[in-house]
Amino acid sequence: MSILVNKDSRIVVQGITGSEGQFHAEQMLDYGTNIVAGVTPGKGGIKTLDDRVPVFNSVEEAVEQTGANTSIIFVPPPFAAEAVIEASFAGIKVVVCITEGVPVHDMLKVKKVVDQNGTRLVGPNCPGIITVDECKLGIMPGFICKKGNIGVISKSGTLTYEAIDQLVNVGLGQTTAIGIGGDPIIGTTMKDCIELFEADPETKGIVVIGEIGGQMEIEAARWAKDNVSKPMVGFIAGQTAPPGRRMGHAGAIVSGGDDTAEAKMRILGECGIAVAESVADIGNLMKAAMEKS
Amino acid sequence: MKIHEYQGKKLFADFGMPVQDGYVFEKLEDAESTIKKVQADFNTEDVVVKAQIHAGGRGKGGGVKYSPNFDKALENAKNILGMNLKTHQTGEGGQLVRKVYVTEAYDIAEEYYAAITLDRSKGMDVFMVSSEGGVEIEKVAAETPEKIAKVWIDPLLGMKSFQARKLAYALGLKGDAFKAAMKILMQMYHAYQSIDATIVEVNPLILTTDGRVIVLDAKVNLDDNALFRHKDIAAMRDLNEEDPNEVEAGKFNLNYIKLDGNVGCMVNGAGLAMATMDIIKLAGGEPANFLDVGGTASAETVKNGFRIILSDENVKAVLINIFGGIVRCDRVANGVVQAVTELGLKVPVVVRLEGTNAKEAQEILAKSGVDIIPAVGMKDAAQKVVNAALGN
Repeated sequence: MSILVNKDSRIVVQGITGSEGQFHAEQMLDYGTNIVAGVTPGKGGIKTLDDRVPVFNSVEEAVEQTGANTSIIFVPPPFAAEAVIEASFAGIKVVVCITEGVPVHDMLKVKKVVDQNGTRLVGPNCPGIITVDECKLGIMPGFICKKGNIGVISKSGTLTYEAIDQLVNVGLGQTTAIGIGGDPIIGTTMKDCIELFEADPETKGIVVIGEIGGQMEIEAARWAKDNVSKPMVGFIAGQTAPPGRRMGHAGAIVSGGDDTAEAKMRILGECGIAVAESVADIGNLMKAAMEKS
Repeated sequence: MKIHEYQGKKLFADFGMPVQDGYVFEKLEDAESTIKKVQADFNTEDVVVKAQIHAGGRGKGGGVKYSPNFDKALENAKNILGMNLKTHQTGEGGQLVRKVYVTEAYDIAEEYYAAITLDRSKGMDVFMVSSEGGVEIEKVAAETPEKIAKVWIDPLLGMKSFQARKLAYALGLKGDAFKAAMKILMQMYHAYQSIDATIVEVNPLILTTDGRVIVLDAKVNLDDNALFRHKDIAAMRDLNEEDPNEVEAGKFNLNYIKLDGNVGCMVNGAGLAMATMDIIKLAGGEPANFLDVGGTASAETVKNGFRIILSDENVKAVLINIFGGIVRCDRVANGVVQAVTELGLKVPVVVRLEGTNAKEAQEILAKSGVDIIPAVGMKDAAQKVVNAALGN
């Protein structure tokens, strides 16, 4: 078990003939990911990546002919929103949008559409999902992961890798690691992921990594307090970030109230999550929490 | 991206909103003619002289002056142009006023507040109005929240007239003024949508003594990610309002924000960059900057990153923290060696490389002979760089 994706997921790569799509699709194949199709409008009929992947003109065709049920998007920002909507209307169940720089007004509409269609969107502007040794649906370095029973949720890419690395160093492997993205509007929230990990029998502990800006960590923590039985460790980046400045991620900006690192750390703690004061303590805290449980 | 009041009003006017308007001058010798032109074109004796900077709170800081006649207007214009305007948003340093906006003046009966922005947790835009305009809305929200009316707008449907009606009623308007306000609120939403704004704020929106509803101020923030489809608005960017180092960093796709500390840092990824700043602080140092080199750090980006970090004289040591995923550590290591050799670094540099090709990277650094302090893990790296900054 795991969440969202596994070895049976049938992947279609949207934007597979672009440079990003080519590079990452190859990496995903090397990891063992079950890529069944690619989509690039106008290039339907060819085969790409050493003839391993057939390319279609639309997601609909890819679904009809290959039974694809999961998609990953590498198309440029002006077209990314529409790519998500196309996947959603073609009946894709899980869509990961890697693209960085999708306009927020576009995302508002996309979010509404995927919710109405019952599509699970992860991202945009995220590293994707990896279910260790089964499916890499994203751009993370697969080799740093080790199979185990910790679920990892993060707003940030490289900070996810840092957490995974620390977990491995203390002898803890992962079920699934998921990067939800740092934009103001994203498809899958931290709370959604916690809910999925709580329901997954193979996952025994959960790491959540948040940052300044927005209320997502707080909503997740309050939900977890009443609904999660598994040990949790949390970290919030941006304790030293000045208010009013956007720290890289479009969503990482302190705009007053409960969205500071300090407030989030306090509330996570109040909700029973072991909070790492220092980023270097994530692995050790999870180990301690697992030994206690 | 932020724009000036006069630019925001121009955009609003394009959508039919009635704005208090005028002309801008940037040179003292143009002050006289600008004031006279406003007086003539808007058929008015009294005018308002308004400093154009991006920060809010201009009125309180002395950057907005009502001027009953030409002489007073000229005096105010001379004082405001070139002044260092300090507001609660500029910080202690203040902001140099390079542009002055001279506008028509209105006799104000009532002041209202109107704004649209994104409500992240609801995944919808929220339109807020208040009968308490002209003051800081944060204060109204804290003290008399019942005086703020809100509607949330479905992104697929857009704003509906019943919602605009609710807001206009909340302002206590009647008759023609009610109809005018409703129309303005709809136009304001249309503008917000069409220009890909992240905030539009009118404070105050006024009712004049002769019953007209007029936009007196305009705060407009745009979504940087959407500027590709608004070339005309992108051209409104005023680099004078931004930190020169941040502008320079942007040219190399580096995301840099200057802070006040003594430890510089260069990191890949925004989250890891923030966490690196935090751990520097925990180790007893103060971060001098936020710098995300992005997903494609090459030797060139590393070199430019170094140059920008070191242009800050407060920096006493630098920490490079790279977790290679797509970024290959060996390439970063080559960049570090090249930068150190070419720039002749005068401060200690601590390097922590993990992930893709980390071993090769360590070999490159070891063989190069450049004076670099290697570190393993973030805690070790933070401690070493703080010690180095303190001269230990």
